[in-house]
Amino acid sequence: MTTTYDDLLFEISKPGRIGYSLPESSIEKTDLTNLVSDHLIREEPAELPELSELQVMRHYTGLSNKNFGIETGFYPLGSCTMKYNPKINEDIARYPGFAQIHPLQPEKTAQGALEMMYRLEENLKEVTGMDAISLQPAAGAQGEWAGLLIFKAYHQANGEGDKRRKILVPDSAHGTNPASAIVAGYDVVEIKSNKEGRVGVEALKAAVGPDTAGLMLTNPNTLGLFEVDIVEIAQIVHEAGGLLYYDGANANAILGKSTPGEMGFDVVHLNLHKTFSTPHGGGGPGSGPIGVKDYLKDFMPAPRIKKEEDEYSLSYTHPQSIGRVKGYYGNFGVNVRAYSYIRSMGAEGLLQVSEDAVLHANYLKARLEPYYETPYKDHCKHEFVLSGIRQKKLGVRTLDIAKRLLDYGFYAPTVYFPLIVEECLMIEPTETEAKEQLDAFADALIDIAKDAEENPDTVTGAPYTKAVKRLDEVTAARKPIVVYQKN
Amino acid sequence: MTKQHRYLPTTEQDRKDMLETIGVSSIRELFSDIPESTRATKEKAIELEDALSELSLTKHMKELAAKNTTTETHAYFLGAGTYDHYSPSIVNHVLLRSEFMTAYTPYQPEASQGELQALFEFQTMMCELTGMDVANSSLYDGFTSLGEACNLATSVTKKQEVLYSKALHPQAKEVISTYAYGMEYAVKEIGLNGTATDLEALKNSISNETAAVIIQYPNFFGTIEDLKEIKSLLEASKGMLIVMANPLALALLESPGKLGADIVVGDTQPFGLPMSYGGPHCGYFAVKKKYMRKVPSRIVGQTVDKDGKRGFVMTLQTREQHIRREKATSNMSSNQALTALGSSVFLAAVGKVGLQEMAQQNINHAHYVKNELESKGVTVLSEANFFNEFVVKLDRPINEVSDVLLDNGIIGGYDVSSELNEENTMLLCVTEKRTREEMNKLVSILTGEGK
Repeated sequence: MTTTYDDLLFEISKPGRIGYSLPESSIEKTDLTNLVSDHLIREEPAELPELSELQVMRHYTGLSNKNFGIETGFYPLGSCTMKYNPKINEDIARYPGFAQIHPLQPEKTAQGALEMMYRLEENLKEVTGMDAISLQPAAGAQGEWAGLLIFKAYHQANGEGDKRRKILVPDSAHGTNPASAIVAGYDVVEIKSNKEGRVGVEALKAAVGPDTAGLMLTNPNTLGLFEVDIVEIAQIVHEAGGLLYYDGANANAILGKSTPGEMGFDVVHLNLHKTFSTPHGGGGPGSGPIGVKDYLKDFMPAPRIKKEEDEYSLSYTHPQSIGRVKGYYGNFGVNVRAYSYIRSMGAEGLLQVSEDAVLHANYLKARLEPYYETPYKDHCKHEFVLSGIRQKKLGVRTLDIAKRLLDYGFYAPTVYFPLIVEECLMIEPTETEAKEQLDAFADALIDIAKDAEENPDTVTGAPYTKAVKRLDEVTAARKPIVVYQKN
Repeated sequence: MTKQHRYLPTTEQDRKDMLETIGVSSIRELFSDIPESTRATKEKAIELEDALSELSLTKHMKELAAKNTTTETHAYFLGAGTYDHYSPSIVNHVLLRSEFMTAYTPYQPEASQGELQALFEFQTMMCELTGMDVANSSLYDGFTSLGEACNLATSVTKKQEVLYSKALHPQAKEVISTYAYGMEYAVKEIGLNGTATDLEALKNSISNETAAVIIQYPNFFGTIEDLKEIKSLLEASKGMLIVMANPLALALLESPGKLGADIVVGDTQPFGLPMSYGGPHCGYFAVKKKYMRKVPSRIVGQTVDKDGKRGFVMTLQTREQHIRREKATSNMSSNQALTALGSSVFLAAVGKVGLQEMAQQNINHAHYVKNELESKGVTVLSEANFFNEFVVKLDRPINEVSDVLLDNGIIGGYDVSSELNEENTMLLCVTEKRTREEMNKLVSILTGEGK
């Protein structure tokens, strides 16, 4: 490690230091005491740090050295699509014409912004096979919620709102799916996956009925498997009067190969921070646009972008709309990056993305199969799952394997998810990793499997090389300390 | 076979080698599980414009960017929830550090200590400013934070009605209506008394069914509401006080926590984040300790490693969707970690003294413009108790005024005629960035001298 920097901002602060400069203002002071009652004037100033500019910079540089991003190394986090985030897109998002514009300035002074959004919508329509796009949702979970509210508005418009109260969710789904259904006011019915790791047609048939509002599906699913019965699944749900929601977290596997529209989905979201290369920023911001088929257009969030002749505007009057899900027009700056990415790739490039992503996942799976339990034998799409049950018998848990990988200079895969696989490791290599990198990662996991047999303590004691050793998460939750406490 | 792309390292030889290891003869075989009827074909392939080189891309994007009016060329007197403030250069420099920017949610804390500590510091600073005990590490924006607050309040109180002031941001009203549509509770608007909440009407509306009262602080029209008095109206009920606060104003205004707020939310965009046409900004969410386990989304906590060294982890995760699924407190997964980091860097640089100085300059500038306008005969609808925004009544439609201002290099204020039910009214915002010259120019145009 390059640093031992451990201080908190508050611990290096010293009264009297500053790290900013505001212009001297010659405007006379207006005293707050003349404006509001005394009890509305702050009695004690907020205890914010007092530091010089270099101290601030060194603090955050120190912290960044204790953090791991894609440019640090391989980041095989399943279902998160940790691909390269092109640097040029960062430059572009910072052009004053995109960054220094106000969301409420007159539309005629923001034609370039509106045009970019319009163009991105057109591109996403093509990629998803849907008829209309809203860029408003800020991330995947918000897209899910917006999409389910569209289900709700649709059923209500058909006079079936009171009757259709259930959302079907496979047991392999992302946690956001059932959680989003709840905040959309629905009850959740879990569908058990079949032995092949997919939604079984029989289980689905048994679950659908007149109370079904819809089904949420990730395809390929979180096991990395394509739902081969998708056409029949769509038919079953539609015949029961329900709608189909496509969780686009795994869309990196199907670009140019198929579209959710073709598969029969009615509403879809995409995670632009996954499939379309925008940086995850340590958890966000993301962007989760939704696409819908024609018959659901009227229910989409407002405002929507309109193009007439060569003029772009925002249209607010959509009486059947579910309303607004977020301020303004979504995470615009993220959308600028995603649009730049799509324009950099083109249709052929996006097809190559999916082919390489799937190839890489299958290659890694083939290399690791002899050493780890592989619960599903079919070819995977862009990700796959392994199970650490063999290692568990030796006293080495999947969590230990994950921690040991950190010492090899990699981030860990997603672990213990999906919940239906014991001691699960979920690995997504993405298309932007070179074969040498995949090999190095496979070699490391093979090493660790051998160590589990021969030197299990080496694995269970990991990590050794990070800024901290294994952290005590149990005490953190039991006796939470969530703000800085002065000694 | 396509041309090699700059972002894709895999060569034809690599592909051959990998296929051999996998034991299949072609990539097509790996996609044979996609049902034929849904498969893309030559006839129904997706069609996009051709891929651009880096040079062509930047040319295209610069052309789009050039069609927008920006703060580089125009003086903005437009606020209404998004503000043109000073951001120290170092904010952007820290955000560009790829160890922060290109990381995911810190699932492996040992390899994500930098971000976890930065978010712990963010939580601490937001608690300091709001006077609350616990803050999460960010949500999408101020309005969605408010929606989450409504869900929390209805869930905790088991009451079904949320009262909000008409002096709440119009888009915040829309967002909470959508949240209420989802969870199926009622929202009710409380009218105005001038540019502030009508407290008499509020008092009469609070009932046994009140889950919460929402007050913006300063409110949408810039007016500083008396939170203490509002809290006292709630005393007899179980309803919670939710405050949506501009965090910059909290440098000088008493913290909502001290004045009785149960939940404080808002957006840290004024703290160093570019306006960026409305996003990404950064919602904050802070509560009193007793609601800690009801908070939506990620919270960072302090702990120790096995050698006893201090470290940080995501904590109280049993609230969250990836563990609790349908029993989670919220469906939030992605948050706005990077913009939270940006606002933290801003706060660290501007610091204790600077934030007060900056807030004071906002007050000085806004009141200077108000006094100038008033002395030259323009009607000001706001009372004196405003922060950096106030409402003027002009003698013609706001879009006409905005056009004149635009011709003079000024982006004018927000048209609040429909929000106030009073025609020709404009909400002006004056931040620390506005110079005396710009302010005087605005005044001269609005008073008809500068046409």
